[in-house]
Amino acid sequence: MTESSWRMPRWFHQMGSPKWFYGFAGILQPWFAIAALGLLTWGAVWGLAFAPADYQQGNSFRIMYVHVPAAILSQSIFLGMAVAGAVGLVWKMKVAFMVARSCIAIGATFTAIALVTGAIWGKPTWGAYWVWDARLTSTLVLFFLYAGIMALNQAISERHIAGKATAILAIVGTINIPIIKYSVEWWNTLHQSSSFTLTAKPSMPADMYLPLLLTVLGSYCLFALVVLMRTRSQIVQSQSGASWLMQHRDITGA
Amino acid sequence: MYFESLEALLNMAGHGPYVWSCYGLFFALLGINVWHAKRQQLKALKQVKAFVRRNS
Repeated sequence: MTESSWRMPRWFHQMGSPKWFYGFAGILQPWFAIAALGLLTWGAVWGLAFAPADYQQGNSFRIMYVHVPAAILSQSIFLGMAVAGAVGLVWKMKVAFMVARSCIAIGATFTAIALVTGAIWGKPTWGAYWVWDARLTSTLVLFFLYAGIMALNQAISERHIAGKATAILAIVGTINIPIIKYSVEWWNTLHQSSSFTLTAKPSMPADMYLPLLLTVLGSYCLFALVVLMRTRSQIVQSQSGASWLMQHRDITGA
Repeated sequence: MYFESLEALLNMAGHGPYVWSCYGLFFALLGINVWHAKRQQLKALKQVKAFVRRNS
């Protein structure tokens, strides 16, 4: 294989430039905000008031429209954080470390939502808020991993070292993601197996499935919005004094 | 609408408290995240603006 075939595309290196990332993220930010608000409102109203009740679970199944997106995002964000961390380690990109750091709080939030809404859903469905089931326990471990990464980040004052430590812990922690995903197949669990994938035909009617698709997509947009906002804040903090930032309209107000 | 009245929508045949509390938590926690990120952004910009004023 020639050396040129290993070369990364131009946009990849542009993303590593704080100035370029700041400008590009600034363009995307309002669009993600509009998409997140629109999709989440549409999906939630449809799911709450218009979708038919489940023949077995009655109306408690409507919790699915917030529980499933939170559970999907909790795992996707962790993987995203690990990928950003790996890019930071391999290509020594500070912006990638900033992106990874921006994932921590929103990822922990989605995990907490998945755990609590799952517990609330468990009461009318299983008769208990919590069981030490493989899916529930591995998701709780995911929450502890986020909490650990958050604590590590706050304990290390040197940003570059904190970025590296976050990346390493996130990469090591990804071992938990397949465990969560396949826990319902590997072990005998109370938790049902996945009824929603983006690749296969859904097993439920469109009136039940489409609101879920909307809340999942809306959650991804909200995650993107928060990550862009937090990364831009970190760029501003790290680049204060840089001439491009001093002349930017966010600073000059022009 | 699937429900016949607003009361039926709120009550959801006894499942209302479970369902509504989950939606409340979902939107409250995500809203706090966006608000906190926005506040962080404004704070960072304010610090740089103060730095520019001091050095101009």
